[in-house]
Amino acid sequence: MDISALLEEIKASPYVESDIAVPHCGVVRFNSKLKAGDKLSGPRGQWKELLGTLLADIERERCLKNIYAREKGELVSINYELAGKFVEAGAEIMHVRHFMSRNEVLQTLLRHSLFLFNAPEKAKYYFVPNIDVKVKNTGAQSVSVHDGMELFIISRMKRETTLRYTGPDGVIYAVYFDAEHHVAPGQPLIGVCPPAQLGQIEDVFMRVQTEWPED
Amino acid sequence: MDDKKFHLLTERYNYMHDVLSGKNNENLRLLSSRLEELGRRLPLLSPAERSDALTTLEDLFNFVENKIEAELTPMDKVRIVRHPQRVCLRDILENVYDNYTEIGGMGEHSLDPAILIARAYITRHRGKHTVNQSVMVIGHEKGHGEEIRNGGSASPWGNAKALHYMKVAEIENIPIHAYVFTPGSYPVEDSPGAAQQIAKNLYEMSNIRVPVLAVISEGGSGGAEAIALADRRLMFSHGYYSVISPEGAAAIEGNVKNGGASSPALVEKCAEQLRLTAEENLRMGYVDGILQEPNLGVRCYHYDFMHHLRQEILRVTDEIVLEVRGIEPFRSMARRSRRKKTRVGLNMDTVHLRWELSSSAQERLVERRHKKFRKLSAKARVDPRNTWSLLKTRLSDFWWDFSSYIRYDLFRRRQQKISNFFGEIQSETTFFFKNQTAPVRRLFGRLLPRFGAKSSGEAEKQLTALSDWSETKSRRGNWAYISNKAMEDRAVVCPNAATHGCLDMWAPDLYGEFAGVCTHCGHHFPMEYQWYLYNIFDKGSIREFNAEIEAADPLGYEGFGVKLEKAKAATGLKSSCLTFEASINNIKLVVAMLVATFRGGSVGAAEGEKFILASERASKKRLPFLAYTHGTAGIRIQEGVNGVIQMPRCTIAVRRYIDAGGLYLVLYDTSSYAGPVASFLGCSPYQFAIRSSNVGFAGPGVIQETTGTVLAPNYHSVYKALARGHIQGIWDRREVSFNLHQAMLTMGGRNLYYK
Repeated sequence: MDISALLEEIKASPYVESDIAVPHCGVVRFNSKLKAGDKLSGPRGQWKELLGTLLADIERERCLKNIYAREKGELVSINYELAGKFVEAGAEIMHVRHFMSRNEVLQTLLRHSLFLFNAPEKAKYYFVPNIDVKVKNTGAQSVSVHDGMELFIISRMKRETTLRYTGPDGVIYAVYFDAEHHVAPGQPLIGVCPPAQLGQIEDVFMRVQTEWPED
Repeated sequence: MDDKKFHLLTERYNYMHDVLSGKNNENLRLLSSRLEELGRRLPLLSPAERSDALTTLEDLFNFVENKIEAELTPMDKVRIVRHPQRVCLRDILENVYDNYTEIGGMGEHSLDPAILIARAYITRHRGKHTVNQSVMVIGHEKGHGEEIRNGGSASPWGNAKALHYMKVAEIENIPIHAYVFTPGSYPVEDSPGAAQQIAKNLYEMSNIRVPVLAVISEGGSGGAEAIALADRRLMFSHGYYSVISPEGAAAIEGNVKNGGASSPALVEKCAEQLRLTAEENLRMGYVDGILQEPNLGVRCYHYDFMHHLRQEILRVTDEIVLEVRGIEPFRSMARRSRRKKTRVGLNMDTVHLRWELSSSAQERLVERRHKKFRKLSAKARVDPRNTWSLLKTRLSDFWWDFSSYIRYDLFRRRQQKISNFFGEIQSETTFFFKNQTAPVRRLFGRLLPRFGAKSSGEAEKQLTALSDWSETKSRRGNWAYISNKAMEDRAVVCPNAATHGCLDMWAPDLYGEFAGVCTHCGHHFPMEYQWYLYNIFDKGSIREFNAEIEAADPLGYEGFGVKLEKAKAATGLKSSCLTFEASINNIKLVVAMLVATFRGGSVGAAEGEKFILASERASKKRLPFLAYTHGTAGIRIQEGVNGVIQMPRCTIAVRRYIDAGGLYLVLYDTSSYAGPVASFLGCSPYQFAIRSSNVGFAGPGVIQETTGTVLAPNYHSVYKALARGHIQGIWDRREVSFNLHQAMLTMGGRNLYYK
């Protein structure tokens, strides 16, 4: 995987474009204050308790339902010909563009460049002692892993068992857990990449960190 | 020396400036210019001239303070109470008591630095002997504005600690002196929970078997009540005691949201209308005496006031003890003589009275406390019953007492003894005859199989068939009352649709057959209180009582009278509390229902009185007592202390009912907050909630503003309340009738008529 090419590709089009579709049939009315090119905000607040920008509403059986923006972005176009008309479920009423955040770009790059080894169950995870010493002394990227290698200790409710790594051979690029906190099932424990790609990935990541505009 | 005097005058000026908050500019400008001028001249003057100039200025300060004192508004007094220079509990401990040891506190190393507990003693003289009289001092510590003290807002665990040491005082048989210096309780729901702990404090304090004296400087609503349920309540003359802070009341009046501020004029007006001063509270009977402070309020260097306070707390503690100790005629004589002597300037340090109480005196003390609170707020409600109907009520009360005694105490106990006796004889006889006739029955059984194997189809079905929920609990959607909302032809969206994928529901289905419950996620939409009246209780069993008692506007709060009349006209109710007798599966019970549609289900003097009367009725008739909260926003702020006093009043009524052997159940619905939850609802050992309802102490906005933390949207949900241990179960609306019946069969004390 050519990660630099991937970054260039993202840079060429740093957007995720999507259509806003109505959830069910009904009569649509657009928010009169909005026009193409307006900025949209997604849900905000610590608990995402504040709703995003009101885009439109749809009424069915005297039940009015608001449609809000789900992501921060920009309104590209509004399908005005549907205003005040009865539409079928799934009808596209707007086209929006979401500018990818730095974190989203990094996540996309990681998804394509690293192999993520996930936690099988909710527990605390540690490296086995010899790996742990190596990670602490020389850093995680000095640790090479191979399929079937005894790598982790799962600790939960006074039960400790070892966990073997399964996946492609490589070095540990990133560690996503710490000994203090539980990891939910399906969350990544480590990200592994081939040793040859290590320098290239670091370089690309650095470029994203420094060049990509803040959210 | 002169420098110190000048510094003190500067402090006095700053204090006045803070208290008046920019008002009375003329007087302050005069003082400021004189002070400035003297400051410039002072180094140039000779010592004698300097002393003269300072004395002259001091006289001017005294004159101006006198003038301002006469013009103080209630809001000025609120600012006095909150000022960092005001005396705090530690000053009182240092200056009023002869010795003390603080318990469980060392600055910030305390479970709750806002609560200070100390074992102290006061030295008195008996002839040549000196006697150290121990007391438990419990109170709020503001620490002259120390940040760790949180302004004297006690956390739930602080209140729990206070209660613990009240119980210790009870064990050690020493009086409790409670000092109230709090703007309100710290509103967090973390276990044990602000509301639940205050309720627990009130419940336990109602029966504390030692004299309790409360002294109020800043009495902020529930936080004050948590330690102030006392035999005597004294108040500082410049203190305040209120249901809500003036700023809080102004925010509600002005509909200010999201941390906005109300105008100072509105805050001032609310302070005036809340009738929160010592004089007003004495006039209404919520405090028993006023401790006169120096001009513009007591500060820590007012040692004369400390002496006065010491004399007063000794006199009042003696008085509480004298009221319940000894033989009645001698008690009265002693009290009379003590009062007379105090009037002629008796030094209380030179007389000694033991404060320990015998168990009979302790019982009298508790009874007197209950009676004292029972009498309060009688003028704050409208009771149109004439003398004849009141007499009838008294007579029927007497009849219930008498008939319950005959039926349940006298007759049933004897009857039970007799039936137990005959029951035992019967079982012995059956056992004997069964043994003797067994061979004959076996023979008959072989010859005539039907004779031996007697089986009923019903018993067989019970043993072999699976139970069918629809036949027992479900009404198959056939509800006795259908909500008006079911008449609308429209679709309704479930609030959980985004997360649970619930489909829209047709209103006639949702509010009709489904009883307002989402068929997909089980979310309970709010329903009218009538739905519960008709669908929970047996048909035609509801008999309302005390419906005549009406909510009033005792403080003449501006605009409230009109609002109250509107609420009465809109709901057809006279108060937010509906009290009635009803039955569930033929088990009779008394119900007090707080109706959310009447002024948000808020509780004032009328509601409190109706609640107390209902609990007394349940006690007399040996019936279970259900408090069903259709919704309550808290204590009605427009009634001021007339409302907040219902917290101890109703809790005492509940305590008396539970102690008499009843079953007190609480069922929360929609949203229940603040005072009622922090008193007569939260003290029940059996609290349940309808699904999708919210229970808590303060609303999310208040908590966010006070604690500075953003709350999760489900912070007050009943599932959280259950996890925190505040409630004991969550019920589906459609099963409330069944669950209540089940609760009445399995819970409750000894004095229920059906047990």
